[in-house]
Amino acid sequence: MKTERMAAFAKSVLGQPWGLWWLQARRLVRIELRRNLFSWKAWWIYFLAFAPTAILLIHLLFETHPAFLLTDDTNVLAGIVQFYYIRLGVFFGCLSIFSRLIRGEMVERSLHYFLLAPVRREVLLLAKFAAGSLSALLLFGSAMIADFALVYAGFGAAGQEYVFSGPGLSQIEAYLAIIVLACLGYGAVFLLLSMLLRNPTPAAMLVLAWEAINPVMPSVLQKISVVSYLRHLMPITIPGQGIFALLTVQTEPVAGWEAAIGLLALIAVVLAFSCFRIRRLEIRYTTE
Amino acid sequence: MTAMNDAIIFENVSKFYGEVLGVNRVTLNIPPGVTTLVGPNGSGKTTLMNLMTGLVQPSSGHVSVLGLTHVDADRFFRQVGYCTQFDSFPRRLTGWQFLLDSLLLHGMSEGDALRLADEALQRVRLGNAASHRIESYSKGMRQKIRLAQAIAHHPHVLVLDEPLNGLDPMARAESLGLFQELSRLGMHLVISSHILDEVDRISDRVVLITGGYIVAEGDIHQVRREVRDKPMQVLIRCDQPELLASRMFTSNHCVEARLHADGKGVFLRTADVDEFYRLLNQIAVEGLVTIEAVAPADDDTLAIYQYLIGSDGSPS
Repeated sequence: MKTERMAAFAKSVLGQPWGLWWLQARRLVRIELRRNLFSWKAWWIYFLAFAPTAILLIHLLFETHPAFLLTDDTNVLAGIVQFYYIRLGVFFGCLSIFSRLIRGEMVERSLHYFLLAPVRREVLLLAKFAAGSLSALLLFGSAMIADFALVYAGFGAAGQEYVFSGPGLSQIEAYLAIIVLACLGYGAVFLLLSMLLRNPTPAAMLVLAWEAINPVMPSVLQKISVVSYLRHLMPITIPGQGIFALLTVQTEPVAGWEAAIGLLALIAVVLAFSCFRIRRLEIRYTTE
Repeated sequence: MTAMNDAIIFENVSKFYGEVLGVNRVTLNIPPGVTTLVGPNGSGKTTLMNLMTGLVQPSSGHVSVLGLTHVDADRFFRQVGYCTQFDSFPRRLTGWQFLLDSLLLHGMSEGDALRLADEALQRVRLGNAASHRIESYSKGMRQKIRLAQAIAHHPHVLVLDEPLNGLDPMARAESLGLFQELSRLGMHLVISSHILDEVDRISDRVVLITGGYIVAEGDIHQVRREVRDKPMQVLIRCDQPELLASRMFTSNHCVEARLHADGKGVFLRTADVDEFYRLLNQIAVEGLVTIEAVAPADDDTLAIYQYLIGSDGSPS
């Protein structure tokens, strides 16, 4: 009996129009990428992503890079990722990108065109999430790679040695993994917040505060935090001092793969709830 | 409900926005043809259309269109096109891009999408402006591009919320012609409009709604007959209208007479239609007056609207 039910379920899943959904999702992603990356409103996100890159470029052009400073600059790069990108840059960048996907369209009164298309709402939501993630990854990922290149470009042979024969490449891999997970994690949270609330910004500030105080929470509550997972993936940990101590997460030690899977599970739960919410979403622009 | 049928069905549907009533206990069965939703502003017309297309969801009851619900979006929105009243568009798109983006989401090939977009633009006569950004369009052009988007994929049900708003008389006539053509092809057209006299010409049936309640529905002549407490007005074209009027006034049911502007007819208002026609036949047989034509003069939507809702139906 159980086997028959399983077979029926499998048949039902396989019978769904996956090919059509995939095609629709790709086309939705294309539309969203165009809107996210090539609009004047995106300048703010470009700024958030590339502000450190500009500073590092100035540093490269106008300052000398003796080999003994390589460790210092490596720590500076780790600090930029730990204190700037994770806590501020990616956070506010994702807030801007993902809160526009649904709420922004309601404010602009154009969401109904998507809801009147022959696209399942779950496909619509997941495609928008994918597009937002791709936009954030393109900007912050390329900024991360540029930052990394600029930090070590000034050191000449010593820099090349560090990158290609030392720990450099594994560090950039780790930083990129952190950026990917940060974009997905914050993206899922802000997408949901933008569906639940008319103005998700105050709630996002609460999320920021929650992330800051999360280390003093019981370990079970620490699991409801994007930063606490990312902390375990950092190749170099910079201890926070002064005001940065507030932004430094000290969590119980967890293996990197466990942290990554934990965060992906959190993202999956948030997205599943978002799919549930979008099925009940109504167009009532007059209340926006 | 998965079985296909050819009606739009509301089963005891209510919609409340918090404590505000949208529509209450609506039960309707709308067959193919042109159905006009008539009612004052805020009466619930747009709510009915939004319920039909899933943009809002009923607080209670059930809505289905051709046996489908919006939850089954893949199939539902291939059958349904909705031209809303929202005068807004995704930013920085040309008319072409707007139509193409919309059609490509159906999963069709780019070639098919291009062909259908071109056909829809020709139908609404917006061909030349399609390469311009929608932000630069006039109100009438924006109305046309919305209509093009709603009809481009050849839906079987077309829901049109105030589709004549912002159109000049020529464009209105073209749109009405298009609606008639689509209706002849067997489509459902559900139209809300304040321009009753124009929509009336193409309507097969009306649904009168006020305060969230359906007050009458059906074939316009049938609805008029049901409004028994309002005397019915009939225009009689004849050679001696004054004589006819005086003869008709010998009967108690005749309550008002007014000569036609050209002097070759008379508008008579009667409280008893059956008795009225019996007497008219008698006069015709007697040969006192040569009667050329007899036609009801107030069984149009506007008149019914005035009787039932108490407003003239003009835009407010």
